[in-house]
Amino acid sequence: MTRQREGSPFAGLSTVALKEAADHMNSARIHLVMLLVILTAIGSVYAAIGQIKATIGEDQFLFLRLFTTAQQPLPSFVSFLGFLIPLVAIALGFDAINGEYSRRTLSRVLSQPIYRDALLTGKFLGGLIVIAICLLTLWLLVTGLGILSLGLPPGGEEIARGLAFLFASFVYAGVWLAVAMAFSTLVKSPATSALCALTLWLVFTVFWPMLTPLVAGAVAPVDLLDPMTAVHQIAVQQGLARISPNVLYGEATLALLNPATRSLGLLFPSQLSGALMGAPLPLSASLALVWPQIAGMIAALIVLFTIAYVSFQRQEIRA
Amino acid sequence: MSAAEAPVIEAGGLTKRYGRFTAVDGIDLAVNKGEVFGLLGPNGSGKTTTILLLLGLTEPSAGTIRVLGLDPLRKPLSVKRRVGYLPDQIGFYDHLSAEENLAYSARLAGLASAEANRRISDALARVRLSDVRGKRVATYSRGMRQRLGLAEVLAKGSEIAILDEPTSGLDPQSTQELLELIRELAADGVTIVLSSHLLAMMQSLCDRVALFSRGRIGLIGKVADLTADVLGGTHVVEVEADGIDLAAVLKDAPHIAAVTPLRAGRWRVDADADVRADIAHRTVQAGGALSGMTIRQSSLDEVYARFFEGEDHDQAA
Repeated sequence: MTRQREGSPFAGLSTVALKEAADHMNSARIHLVMLLVILTAIGSVYAAIGQIKATIGEDQFLFLRLFTTAQQPLPSFVSFLGFLIPLVAIALGFDAINGEYSRRTLSRVLSQPIYRDALLTGKFLGGLIVIAICLLTLWLLVTGLGILSLGLPPGGEEIARGLAFLFASFVYAGVWLAVAMAFSTLVKSPATSALCALTLWLVFTVFWPMLTPLVAGAVAPVDLLDPMTAVHQIAVQQGLARISPNVLYGEATLALLNPATRSLGLLFPSQLSGALMGAPLPLSASLALVWPQIAGMIAALIVLFTIAYVSFQRQEIRA
Repeated sequence: MSAAEAPVIEAGGLTKRYGRFTAVDGIDLAVNKGEVFGLLGPNGSGKTTTILLLLGLTEPSAGTIRVLGLDPLRKPLSVKRRVGYLPDQIGFYDHLSAEENLAYSARLAGLASAEANRRISDALARVRLSDVRGKRVATYSRGMRQRLGLAEVLAKGSEIAILDEPTSGLDPQSTQELLELIRELAADGVTIVLSSHLLAMMQSLCDRVALFSRGRIGLIGKVADLTADVLGGTHVVEVEADGIDLAAVLKDAPHIAAVTPLRAGRWRVDADADVRADIAHRTVQAGGALSGMTIRQSSLDEVYARFFEGEDHDQAA
């Protein structure tokens, strides 16, 4: 006997996604978080503009400096995004499923002719729509601010690199949205799931960078007589660090927005022979460089979404 | 058997286990078209689980279900398209208006927006929520929410309406309003499955009831038949008399099922007919002094109390 289900699992998907997106757009929670992001973004870009104007030089990619230049005490625009995007994504997703339980709307919604797939995927898509709109707005805002204050338009490659950066940010936000939604299906109370997601966020942004050298030191101690052990330790440390999506995102933006970046790992002098130090890589080479990072984030997103999916499909409607 | 006669809901040996706990334990059930069917039982006796099984919202551990001739597990979308559900303690999206909540459900059900708007307006008018249709549901009272839930079932154009504890937590006036709406729904020919532990309500509303106890159906049938089966009679006479033993006096009287002493000089007589004249006659003949007699139809309350007598309710919860 075939266990084929009747109809499409995606019946109602767009309805759910649009409703969720509309809800987010109207919710005070998201307004607050977005206000925070936009204010800090404008602040950091404004500071960067001042810095760029002061040290005007021969730079082929002046426009990309907008995103990466930091002026004390403000960090750069990209480090702000790396820090705040997870917050936006968590705010969008932490009560996606358990919120429906606590509002007692789940059984009513699922008694409509849709599958659970549509509800979960729709909620995820709804969150992604909002993130895409926010990131695009932010990017256009920063670019516009740059054109106005620097007085020069971005070049073709700068726009292409900017779009690639936008895509990387979108995937990064998707990972955190999937984290938040996974917690919202695994944990019954919205407050607890929010705390779980925020804890993970703190671990990866604050503690992970401190922790990886310690663990790497314990796992792969350096033997002073064997220089290769030092290389090994660094490889272990980097491998561990890259478990964190924040690190992956940081590396991806570094290579995309700083075309002179040649490698994201260790580089030996022999590998550099003949290279022009500081010369920019073509866009295709930069993309090839960050592809593992982007693919890693997409994989993490899929794994997390699958966890949420499986746990939601197995859940009893009755809370 | 023609389609009209075939039961619209059929369950056979339906079982649902949560781990080691058996919530529904092999129940058999058939609900006919146009019937108002009551699921009656204490909390935790398996009523809601049975409803979720009928809707395909949870998978049975064993047994078969057919709703409108379809298996809710294999054809969940077809079943859910034709069956309306009013959950226990219904929730709505509080930040949306009544209208927007119903519009969302209608879109999920795949209705075209013109058709949906027409149906929603009609449904809201029927449950008397037209005046507050644009208000956020957060401002609604419990009774209004239940009515809104019923409006959703109406707007869906359901052939079967499954209502889980529709009146729990409502004040008497809201309860009456809701019951009136349910009666109207039944008058339209919608098959209604209703769960409750409120017996008086079920007695006035239901054609047939099933008595649930610890995941099993103890009794199933018409309210009158159940009272006759469990209590042995449909009428209860309370007799006050002095100087006789009523049980002995009525020993060979017809129609009488049981004589229970209540306290000295007071008895309760269960009978399947109005036996007051006979009791009076026999009492006086035996030399007793009859001082009072009242009669009432036995209610589902008594069936319930008798049926669940000695049952450990904590076990069931």
